[in-house]
Amino acid sequence: MNELLKLLENDARLSPETLALMLDKEVGDIRSMIDECEREGVIVGYHTMIDWDKTDREYVTAMIELKITPQRGRGYDHIAQKIYNYPEVETLYLMSGGFDLAVFIKGRTMREVAFFVAEKLATLEDVVSTATHFVLRKYKDNNVVYGAVPTDERGTEF
Amino acid sequence: MMDYEKLLSRTAQEIEPSGIRRFFDLLGDRKDIVALTVGQPDFVTPWHIRVAAVESLEQGRTYYTSNSGTAELRSEIAAYMERRFGLVYAPENEIIVTVGGSEAIDLAMRAILNPGDEVVIPQPAYVCYGPVASLAGGVPVYLETKEKDRFKLTPEALRSAITEKTKLLVLPFPNNPTGAIMTKEDLEGIAEVLYGTDILVISDEIYCELTYGRDHVSIASLPGMRERTVVASGFSKSYAMTGWRLGYTLAPAEITKQMLKIHQYAIMCAPTASQFAAVEAMRHGDPDVAEMRAEYNRRRRYLVGGLQEMGIDCFHPEGAFYVWPNISKFGMSSEVFCRRLMEEGGVVIVPGTAFGKCGEGFARISYAYSVEHIAKALDRIEKFISSL
Repeated sequence: MNELLKLLENDARLSPETLALMLDKEVGDIRSMIDECEREGVIVGYHTMIDWDKTDREYVTAMIELKITPQRGRGYDHIAQKIYNYPEVETLYLMSGGFDLAVFIKGRTMREVAFFVAEKLATLEDVVSTATHFVLRKYKDNNVVYGAVPTDERGTEF
Repeated sequence: MMDYEKLLSRTAQEIEPSGIRRFFDLLGDRKDIVALTVGQPDFVTPWHIRVAAVESLEQGRTYYTSNSGTAELRSEIAAYMERRFGLVYAPENEIIVTVGGSEAIDLAMRAILNPGDEVVIPQPAYVCYGPVASLAGGVPVYLETKEKDRFKLTPEALRSAITEKTKLLVLPFPNNPTGAIMTKEDLEGIAEVLYGTDILVISDEIYCELTYGRDHVSIASLPGMRERTVVASGFSKSYAMTGWRLGYTLAPAEITKQMLKIHQYAIMCAPTASQFAAVEAMRHGDPDVAEMRAEYNRRRRYLVGGLQEMGIDCFHPEGAFYVWPNISKFGMSSEVFCRRLMEEGGVVIVPGTAFGKCGEGFARISYAYSVEHIAKALDRIEKFISSL
């Protein structure tokens, strides 16, 4: 099962037919394994990785560190939900270490991001402090290195 | 005007250039072709291994090492061979670090052969053995392995090829290009034929880490075989280190002593930075090897399954990273089939005849490519054969 999941994590376009050959399983078995994973929330989505820097889209990405004082009896989940429901929030992690929540958001401009932090995040009653870091360049994401497309330079005499 | 034909070595002139190369020259610079020809990993050497070489350079380790390789690397090779294949060799006088598995084969041939000695070479096989044997003064005797025997060398075939001039047997398993392997039982049959003779063995085990379903067995691990065997192996295929040019020989001290003199005068020593990388590979590279093997295995199943689904008969390979489909039912020679597949189908594979005359009716397809790439090629191959 984990082998199947790793393959799909790496390339969601692999068809059940291809996966069946690769893993020496029946196509029907692969289909039902994937269905089950989707039903049980093991597979939670499929995405395409895009290097937006190569498009004309204007955007900035920021990581915001939030320090939180969770309210008694509600833990972090409550405040997390309040934050991740904003569509601007792409990714949200609960962290160990010097801060509590790592919020990743994309905006059109730094100004737009700064406003979002000041107006939406900093004003939440559990939030003690925020620190906003803008991403300057994405080198690698989900095991994929961004930048040049590799070419096959191998010698062929052998 | 120099008459080179008259002046230059007759032996060198008589050697045929590699058929794989010749076929690939036909390709020219067509960019729309999908190639499944390459005989080396598509993986890049794992980063921690590359770092070890870079660090050695940063520390100024740019000297020659001792002729047989660094003591550290020879110890690691000894430990690795024992851990993986149960082979015990002394780092001090039974191991030489070479410039790739190719040099290991050359050293063994040159240290073993006297003029006129016959070298039994099972084919289909990688192309170097015959020419290297000839250069060492030997006489290649090709012995066909058959599809019905799963391209294994059989004791009967071996027996039929042995004459009083036979000095050496080459055992190229796991095999390039067929993907055949020899199990312990298969090797016992071969050993049975060799016991009591003076025939030595070069066991080319460069693909020893790339077997699927069962571990590779070295003939040197069978009783009575170590004393007559040179194991030639290396880092190229196991660790995706082809460009580092690093291999090794394992052989009894008396054979090693002769090989070392040849290595000493012809090569000096294997590249130093590569040797530092190789130490790291052997100490911490097992997970990388396992991961690459698992990926090759998935591609192997995918490629074999894909060919079978379109009705191409294909021997089930258990090692290396090639499949060896039987294309005889298309009624063309291998060379014509492959040329038409290239010109009309847009896919290049290597005609079986590049690996010996007995490769007629077959072709080699490499799966040292991503599944995506293989999928594209399979799609085109299917279109091509349905157009026939």
